Amino acid sequence: MNFYILSLIKAGLVAFVFLTALAYLQWIERKVLAHIQLRVGPRRVGPHGLLQPLADVIKLLTKEDLLPPYVNKFFYMLAPFLAVATALVSISVIPFGPEVDIFGVKTWLQLTDLKIGVLFVLSLSAVGVYGVALAGWASNNKYSLIGGLRSSAQMISYELPMALAIASPLLLTNTLSFREMVMAQDGFYWGLIPKWTVWPQFFSFIIFLIAAFAETNRVPFDLPEAENELVAGFHTEYSSMKFAAFFMAEYANMVTVTALATQLFLGGWLPLFPEQYGSKFVPTLIFLFAGLIALYHGFNPARSFDRITLPIAGVAFLGIAALFLVPFLQPILLPIFWFCAKTGGLLFIYIWIRGTLPRFRYDQLMHFAWTFLFPAALLNLLVTALVVALRS
Amino acid sequence: MDAVLFLIFAFIAVVSAVSLVVQTHPISSALSLIGVMISLAVLYLLLGAEFLASAQMIVYAGAIMVLFIFVIMLLNAGAEPKQKSKAKLAKWIGIPLFAIFIALMSYIIQSMLPKTAGVQFGAFTGGAAQEVGRSLFTQYLLPFEVTSILILIALIGAIVLARKEI
Repeated sequence: MNFYILSLIKAGLVAFVFLTALAYLQWIERKVLAHIQLRVGPRRVGPHGLLQPLADVIKLLTKEDLLPPYVNKFFYMLAPFLAVATALVSISVIPFGPEVDIFGVKTWLQLTDLKIGVLFVLSLSAVGVYGVALAGWASNNKYSLIGGLRSSAQMISYELPMALAIASPLLLTNTLSFREMVMAQDGFYWGLIPKWTVWPQFFSFIIFLIAAFAETNRVPFDLPEAENELVAGFHTEYSSMKFAAFFMAEYANMVTVTALATQLFLGGWLPLFPEQYGSKFVPTLIFLFAGLIALYHGFNPARSFDRITLPIAGVAFLGIAALFLVPFLQPILLPIFWFCAKTGGLLFIYIWIRGTLPRFRYDQLMHFAWTFLFPAALLNLLVTALVVALRS
Repeated sequence: MDAVLFLIFAFIAVVSAVSLVVQTHPISSALSLIGVMISLAVLYLLLGAEFLASAQMIVYAGAIMVLFIFVIMLLNAGAEPKQKSKAKLAKWIGIPLFAIFIALMSYIIQSMLPKTAGVQFGAFTGGAAQEVGRSLFTQYLLPFEVTSILILIALIGAIVLARKEI
């Protein structure tokens, strides 16, 4: 098939799924946080609040778009655009699966494979700082300015340990392309434990995760938008769609960073254990189990509402479970399932930590980056380089 | 396709470079400089120097310019007043004369250069990280190490100068 048409179809699909996933990530975050804090979370709009993201989008779209008179107009408009554009582009180099055959058309489950894929993601995140910094400055507001300054200082500081933590698995896989990186992690130790780089590079995995929290301005490193000190930080003066752009950029960055960790350390789309032990049937079993639970609660409803919604959900889960058994769909769905499972697991850790840890103080944050995280990452890189050099 | 992309980004680079000089506000100038750097990175990419392109983005457009902007924001530098030049003659005759001068100079330099084949997009294949690393550590080892020591000295100098202030 024509390369352009194929790329257009893939880009459209990825964009649609990605944006929907971003909206629902927020719903999942609110639900998980609520359950951590012994609340129920959103449940007014739609069954179990499932239509809440849609309601939020409509609300944000229809709000009045204020343009304060005291801002620097050009940069004020440019900042959210910069933030969201750099955040959304990174997904184009992330592979979701190997080469597949769809109706005779061979294609990779990836938009494009760059030889410098990892560096491309890093350079986008480096340029993404400007969105936040400019928003803080252009708003002409002291709180915003402090938020913007804090975030640029924080992002520069944590970029170093993050880049060093990324460099160590790169030494092991000896490539910068995501596709080759995942293929280098194929295989199993003793036929059971996957040959992912997370085992030899456990420290750099942890350092990467910590630095990633800081890079995406998430709790416990969300100093740029510390509510109790800075109102809302760099986006205090933004409303309506421009506020939504920053919000979307934050969640898109989260997804990018976790997908990056999946590719670098957790073997991308590769299964957790070998096929001869039945890794093919894991998604089927999970969805079957979920479907049965939903059906059981549907027939023994705790609320009158559940009599209708839960059986529908149960049947949907069972349908998905059946889809994973179709031999024609298996080579497409299984890699995507493993990729989504790993990325989703890491995203859950993100939300879990938000519900658990308090915020750092600003000097603690800087101190931690420069006196602990950076030397640790450097040491890890040196040891890795030494081992790789001795082995070859 | 390559030629079109080249023209687009070369145009952006030149426009950003002019705007860097013309802007009165330091932040606008700094952002124009970032525009120049990013379009240069795209030009490197077109020529096949992928590693150089990403290094340009990460180091120049990312790290260094963020520091520039950081300092400008901290100092809260405002726009500089535009100086009204009274010499209308310089404005109306000077600019065309300058353009003619540049055109003449570029023509003379081009005719003095030896005739070589034009740049072919995609002809250069030594721009991947592996090749760059290999040539840095074999052919250009001495300049590479000397540069690293130079940077180290500069770093120490910066720390010493900053210490005195405290």
